[in-house]
Amino acid sequence: MRVMAQMGMVMNLDKCIGCHTCSVTCKQAWTNRAGTEYVWFNNVETRPGQGYPRRYEDQETWKGGWTLSKSGRLKLKAGGRVKKLFGIFASPVQPELKDYYEPWTYDYKTLIDAPAGDDFPVARPKSLITGKDMDIAWSANWDDNLGGVAELGHLDPIVEKVRRESNEKIQFEFEKTFMFYLPRICEHCLNPSCMASCPSGAIYKRVEDGIVLVDQDKCRGWRQCVTGCPYKKIYFNHKTGKAEKCTMCYPRVEIGLPTVCSETCVGRLRYLGLFLYDADKVGAAAATENETDLYEKQLELILDPFDPAVIAEARRQGIAEDWLDAARRSPVYKLAKVYKVALPLHPEYRTMPMVWYVPPLSPVVDLLREQGHDAEAAGTLFGAIEELRIPVEYLAELFTAGDSAKITEVLRKLAAMRSYMRGVALGQEPDASIAHAVGMEEETLYEMYRLMAIAKYEDRYVIPTAHREQAHDLEEMGCSLDFEDGVGMYENSPFGEASGTPTPVAIETFNALRDRQTSESAPSAETLRGRVNLLNWDGTGAPDGLFPAKHDGRGGES
Amino acid sequence: MPEQVITAWDVIWWGVFPYIMLAILVGGLIWRHKYDQFGWTTRSSQLYESKLLRIASPLFHFGILAVIVGHVVGLIIPKAWTDAVGVSQDFYHVNALLVGGIAGVGTLGGAALLIYRRRTSGPVFAATTKNDKMMYVVLVAAIVFGLATTVLSVFEADHTHNYRETVSPWFRSIFLLQPDVASMAQAPLSFQIHTVVGMMLFVIWPFTRLVHALTAPIHYLFRPYIVYRSRDKQRAAVTSAKVRRGWSDVGTGDNAKE
Repeated sequence: MRVMAQMGMVMNLDKCIGCHTCSVTCKQAWTNRAGTEYVWFNNVETRPGQGYPRRYEDQETWKGGWTLSKSGRLKLKAGGRVKKLFGIFASPVQPELKDYYEPWTYDYKTLIDAPAGDDFPVARPKSLITGKDMDIAWSANWDDNLGGVAELGHLDPIVEKVRRESNEKIQFEFEKTFMFYLPRICEHCLNPSCMASCPSGAIYKRVEDGIVLVDQDKCRGWRQCVTGCPYKKIYFNHKTGKAEKCTMCYPRVEIGLPTVCSETCVGRLRYLGLFLYDADKVGAAAATENETDLYEKQLELILDPFDPAVIAEARRQGIAEDWLDAARRSPVYKLAKVYKVALPLHPEYRTMPMVWYVPPLSPVVDLLREQGHDAEAAGTLFGAIEELRIPVEYLAELFTAGDSAKITEVLRKLAAMRSYMRGVALGQEPDASIAHAVGMEEETLYEMYRLMAIAKYEDRYVIPTAHREQAHDLEEMGCSLDFEDGVGMYENSPFGEASGTPTPVAIETFNALRDRQTSESAPSAETLRGRVNLLNWDGTGAPDGLFPAKHDGRGGES
Repeated sequence: MPEQVITAWDVIWWGVFPYIMLAILVGGLIWRHKYDQFGWTTRSSQLYESKLLRIASPLFHFGILAVIVGHVVGLIIPKAWTDAVGVSQDFYHVNALLVGGIAGVGTLGGAALLIYRRRTSGPVFAATTKNDKMMYVVLVAAIVFGLATTVLSVFEADHTHNYRETVSPWFRSIFLLQPDVASMAQAPLSFQIHTVVGMMLFVIWPFTRLVHALTAPIHYLFRPYIVYRSRDKQRAAVTSAKVRRGWSDVGTGDNAKE
């Protein structure tokens, strides 16, 4: 057993309102540069829909992820090492800009500069690639809210598959359709096929927290990772000629802050926390023969952080106590392994993805309500989940490699939580039979409700900070060697105030922001060691030391 | 062999320039490798255009690999060795012309297609730098003059010039630090032009996108699929009895980070 820690995410799809705030803030933080105009580390797709890039889930075309060889061994779907090297001069399976979209801006200047005339000036779209006039034909969320789905819906690879396999038709007529949103980031897989595809060995998984990153200095732009990733979450920066991907906001996570997409999520649907997993068993689990067993196998990789054997082994591997504690409080562990309501996206790609999803119950609830039923009564809901097979089968293709029984199980738990808690809220006698119907205890159901419905900030994000003894390797601290006090305790230095090396800005900012969030007053001289960091001053109040001391008239004689 | 006069130009081109070229090549590569890892990339334009690239790029690259093999064989292996194993000059020459000709035409055809694509495909042209254009001129010139020597020698019938008695000894002598200027001075003008342009290509090599050729990812065949790196440099060594394949620390083996 080799215990490793993995920073994981769970998204509760029932809460996603498709506002794209996560996408926008992520883009502002990471990909607002030339060469990454079309790059969305985080994007939100309306399902049914084609996704981004278009039809990325059609692996018969895109060859992403892993597959099993005839002898049952794991191999890259796009081909082995030799085949990859022979195809290196023109990557054989590579999405083009037209599979994403041609990014554009508008010629806003004419709105101001145009001479007076009879016509209103217009801002024409200009391509960000060529700079020429262009016709906008697609974007990262062109089919948002089922836009154009009546015409293009059949192009969704999942719709295609479900239609092929069941004789029922997914209907796109207004009254029969369903939809939900699927926000996607990099899955930070346990068995990443992008990494395995990289000829340069530039993509790596961090031992400490499992975050998958691209070494920008080692990447040579062979683009095999773009082919290799079945989620198409590695993008090619066409200006720098390097691959780029979601970083799980590691500079934030290292100091205990949630990722930008999580922090800014309006629906508060994201959870961040640690998984402990057995790294030695990943290969075998990914090579499981039956695709529908992959979810179970992936779940088996996740270790119980309360198990003394696991704790002992983790300690032996050098995982720190505060990380073990965080693993025990981890919301993602609870949702995925304890309550078993979070499912991995496309386990059939065999990459062991570490961003999990609580499937949405809302298509079912909405439909019931529209049909005039009491949408939250346990009996109605339980029955309807089985009855409304199309959404369930669609979800099964996304999350359980087509096993709709597992989706039904999860949806029943969510339905049970809803009905049970409605009873409680209405002051009725709590109905234990609802909990028992889905194989849970009342207490567990209530805990689940606390985590999923109340969803306090501290419960959603349990992020242990990177270790102080490793601080010299943190991104920003490359030169501050002896930063001993770490986050939160930097008031003391051996030779008094402001002696020693300067406090890294990230740490100072972090503390100031926390002070501001948790207290009434602006950060004072006390927390800033008598100095004023204008970066941290938001205009409220005047911290001591901002202005020179005032002489108050009476002190003239001194 | 007729009495030969070695001019000052001969000394400059065949005695001095090769060493200037080598100094710039080696020094430039070390500099680039040390200070510009981030700029060390293929700068692929496949995202913009892929139809033409899919034909042109493999044609050019496989062509030029064959051409490189031909150069290595022709320049490094002394004629005495091939004679010793019973390869006749005619047989050698016909082979060199045939294989070299095919590879050369493939390379030139590929390069022509690539340049056509670069010029006509809007986004690709927009992404072309001055550096690229300069590089293309020198690269194509080297290929054209090289192919010209091959084609010319076909029409020279029986009086075929044997570069393995002029260019090759000179090439080897450079690395022995005893440049054999005289033997290179004897070579026909076409060979001399090709050699000079070739050396110019090596001079600009470290400063263009051509550097990507030097990081051809052969080690991909041998590395483990999954790469782990630690943020903390000591940790992996302390906790595991032996460091296993695929668990190497930063700064070792496959992903050595200088």
